[in-house]
Amino acid sequence: MYPTTYHKPETLEAASATLGDAEEAKILAGGHTLLPTMKNHLAAPTDLVDIRGIAALNGISEDGGTLTIGATTTHAEVSNSPVVASACPALACLAGGIGDPAVRHVGTIGGSVANNDPAADYPAAVLGLGATVVTNRRDIAAEDFFDGMFATVLEEGEIITSVRFPKCDLAGYSKFPNPASRYAMVGVFVAKSGGSVRVAVTGAGEDGVFRHEGLEAALSANFSPDAVDGVAISSDGLLSDLHGDADYRANLIRVMAKRAVSAVA
Amino acid sequence: MSDGIGARVKRKEDKRFITGKGKYTDDIRVDNQAYAAFVRSTHAHARVVNLDTSAAEAMDGVIAVLNGHQLTGDGIGNIICGWAINSKDGSPMNMGAWSALATEMVRYVGDAVAVVIADTQAQARLAAEAVEVEYEELPVVVTTPDALADGAPQIHENAPGNLIYDWEIGDQAATDTAIAGASHVTEMEITNNRLSPNPMEPRSAVAIYDEGEDHYTLYTTSQNPHVARLVLSAFYNVAPEHKLRVIAPDVGGGFGSKIYIYPEEITCLWASMKTGRSVKWTSDRSEAFITDAHGRDHISTAKMGFDAAGRILGLKVDTIANFGAYMSLFSSAVPTYLYATLLSGQYNISNIHANVRAVYTNTVPVDAYRGAGRPEACYLVERMMETAAREMGMDPAELRRINFIQEFPHETPVIMTYDTGDFDGNMDKAQAAADVAGFAARKAEAAARGKLRGIGYSAYIEACGIAPSAAVGSLGAGVGLWESAEVRVNPVGTVEILTGSHSHGQGHETTFAQIVAERFGIPIDNVQVVHGDTDKVQFGMGTYGSRSGAVGMSAIVKAMDKVEAKVKKIAAHTLEASEDDIVIEGGEVKVAGTDKSMAWHEVGLAAYLAHNLPEGMEPGLKEGAFYDPVNFTFPAGVYIAEVEVDPETGVTDIVQFTAADDFGTIINPMIVEGQVHGGIAQGVGQAMLEHAVYDEDGQLLSGSYMDYCMPRADDLPSYTLDHNTTVCPNNPLGMKGCGEAGAIGTPPAIINAITDAIGNNDLAMPATPQTVWRAIQAAKAPLAAE
Repeated sequence: MYPTTYHKPETLEAASATLGDAEEAKILAGGHTLLPTMKNHLAAPTDLVDIRGIAALNGISEDGGTLTIGATTTHAEVSNSPVVASACPALACLAGGIGDPAVRHVGTIGGSVANNDPAADYPAAVLGLGATVVTNRRDIAAEDFFDGMFATVLEEGEIITSVRFPKCDLAGYSKFPNPASRYAMVGVFVAKSGGSVRVAVTGAGEDGVFRHEGLEAALSANFSPDAVDGVAISSDGLLSDLHGDADYRANLIRVMAKRAVSAVA
Repeated sequence: MSDGIGARVKRKEDKRFITGKGKYTDDIRVDNQAYAAFVRSTHAHARVVNLDTSAAEAMDGVIAVLNGHQLTGDGIGNIICGWAINSKDGSPMNMGAWSALATEMVRYVGDAVAVVIADTQAQARLAAEAVEVEYEELPVVVTTPDALADGAPQIHENAPGNLIYDWEIGDQAATDTAIAGASHVTEMEITNNRLSPNPMEPRSAVAIYDEGEDHYTLYTTSQNPHVARLVLSAFYNVAPEHKLRVIAPDVGGGFGSKIYIYPEEITCLWASMKTGRSVKWTSDRSEAFITDAHGRDHISTAKMGFDAAGRILGLKVDTIANFGAYMSLFSSAVPTYLYATLLSGQYNISNIHANVRAVYTNTVPVDAYRGAGRPEACYLVERMMETAAREMGMDPAELRRINFIQEFPHETPVIMTYDTGDFDGNMDKAQAAADVAGFAARKAEAAARGKLRGIGYSAYIEACGIAPSAAVGSLGAGVGLWESAEVRVNPVGTVEILTGSHSHGQGHETTFAQIVAERFGIPIDNVQVVHGDTDKVQFGMGTYGSRSGAVGMSAIVKAMDKVEAKVKKIAAHTLEASEDDIVIEGGEVKVAGTDKSMAWHEVGLAAYLAHNLPEGMEPGLKEGAFYDPVNFTFPAGVYIAEVEVDPETGVTDIVQFTAADDFGTIINPMIVEGQVHGGIAQGVGQAMLEHAVYDEDGQLLSGSYMDYCMPRADDLPSYTLDHNTTVCPNNPLGMKGCGEAGAIGTPPAIINAITDAIGNNDLAMPATPQTVWRAIQAAKAPLAAE
């Protein structure tokens, strides 16, 4: 690791000030991607701003069906939260399936969403549930937030403060883990609100998480696993790597969508 | 004796390992410590045009930046291959030069071109990045078939067409004739996938040059420190043997990859002399992937001919083995004498011919990895047997039984003489433990759940011990393959065993103590096993090829024989009895049939006091022995895998795995079971998970655990183990060896089971979900696939 300066501010304002002053700062919200990257000399921020000391960024609350999860809330906190389990059990289940216990006790929702790893789990929930990413500057709709592999619309110095999930009737998530890394090779998040169904796919897209219109239309008409069978799933735009090419991933999208629906339908 | 042979004694060494008190090479801290970081080629094949170290030399903490010209200029020798193989035309193998630091050429990604020595590891690594190397890129060869293609890029000048040797064994004409007359011929193309070894502890070295004494000490992660000293001294000219001490302290796994003396250890020793500083280097995991010798990587075509009753008439095999960019220490022996000599399997086959070509590619050097040649042979033979049974409509177990060797000793057409075995007995035990009779019902029940259930067999045999010395010498080995031991009885009766075997996970400190406990009737806590230090142990050949029991323990037994003889003489003299009447029992040395006895420690004390020894006897109680076996040993067994495949995703669960092994005498069943468990895990890894993959430019794609899939606990079932014991007639304890069996026997059982489940025999290792899913799709739509 190249030398870097570590900061742990206690307020958002102090964090913003440090981010503004530093030559090339990175926000540390768990570090499961950033720190290994730095250890491999693939990233060399001059300053690390650890936002986990900012009390306002942590915690889970529910208000009229809307679930708000603070940016520095760990995966373990989400997975074990009775509030989340009651408002959106699929989200608790997704968080409980990220990495391993060590990862879940350090990794955070804000860090995961900001990093937008194409194989991360949370982006599927954020997009599938139509969540709002709240920052120290603005509210950003999930559709507008993700901007391709490892990219978001976050600006220089902008800090995610929380993620707001609207109420939904039913939601399910099914993941096919990469055999080696256990990241999602394909993860499908299905959410039903009234007559409308949203389907978000992670792990498979060349541009990161995406919604699948064909699956949404079919499941909006008939929310059952059988409805998935009739949907054509193209391999265009899907990732190919050592573990699965685009055709295999297209098959996995179909199978995971069925399993996500059958778990809750 | 409760701690003796056959007791499930908990491992003595585990207390320090599980409490973090083990002492590994990286734990060694010495005065005047500096750190090495290697500058490695980022190209798979290139000419080094210029090496500019000036920026690196100016950096904080940098002591020296050293290169290959300086190294060779100081007379450090090229890296050797320890087994000479001649091609079938009689010509010697074509071995390219391998310098510990490259000079003009780099031949794989990771090839070291320079080393930085600095005060801290971080400084060394930063400076290594600042070394500017200008390369002229050259065309790259990665795969085995490409290496032999017309016009392939030439990797070493003296290996035309990248061919290292073209070797054969067996009678080609007789085999061709036998197969031509067969009523059924099974033909297959078989690939044995390339693996990265991944011991838990990465390689490490601490080199200390003492200028006052002109003496070197090397702490290193080695399976055979004495061999390392010999090679470093005799071939690499680092220091004469008496001026070089090699210590392999606690070593966290090897699986073969720590047999070899690598460029890094050589360079650290030389750099220590050059800089006057102690030099430490510890590999990180990324470096391990691109520098530890890989394993396997064969492609073969095979033909097996049968008569109408299913009896094998002949087996013909053509194999190409990928050796990577340079010939590693035992690379040449692996696809020849450790592979082709096992192609008879457990079967009575009159005619076998194997042709083996070894080739260079621009990849990490390939050498022995747990099983070393025998997994490749077993996979080929057992895939052929299962396939032939399917083609002929026979029960796969029955086809094997028809062909099992029944009488011993049995000489195969590929120069092995199997000493003993009970192959039907192994099959009986495995079939009973696996409840083969209930398989059809289990398959139907799985089908009702939407799962494809399959069963697969593997009847493996291997050759362990890697001996005798005269035999391996006649086949080209550059070393003798005996073992040595010394048994020291202290004046208080405690015992030290000095052994040339090396424990890096095998539990020698426990099992070696158990045979002493059995013999002398003392608790194992009174026995200390000393190994891994060339200053303490006189000589030894180290641990690999499942040889520490059959060869290493046999040397201890021979030394104990001598101790026992002296103890009896002392006791007879003291107790005024005949030597022949003395027995050692329960910690006492007694005159049989009387109440006259001495405690064990009293004999020890008498030997050292020397107040009353028999006339002419030397004081002390310490004996040494060398043991050179008369033959390999031949562990064998039957493994049965049962799998369930999810047809929608290709995900395969191993739902049942049965191993019935014949290891001869077992000293500690718990440790043996642990060895089998670990071996099966590695076999499952090869069969379903692990694959070292290069892209066409020679970059290792599977260079981290993000892409290289190691077996995890949830990939594995609870195993059902059983044993069938035929005692090895050729060593004093009747042992055969158990360290590699799991890794050898498992892969074909798994692939035979998956192919049975999915109804498509065309399936490559590793059988990942995607690979299995594709095979299912191909089986579903054979016409659409055309």
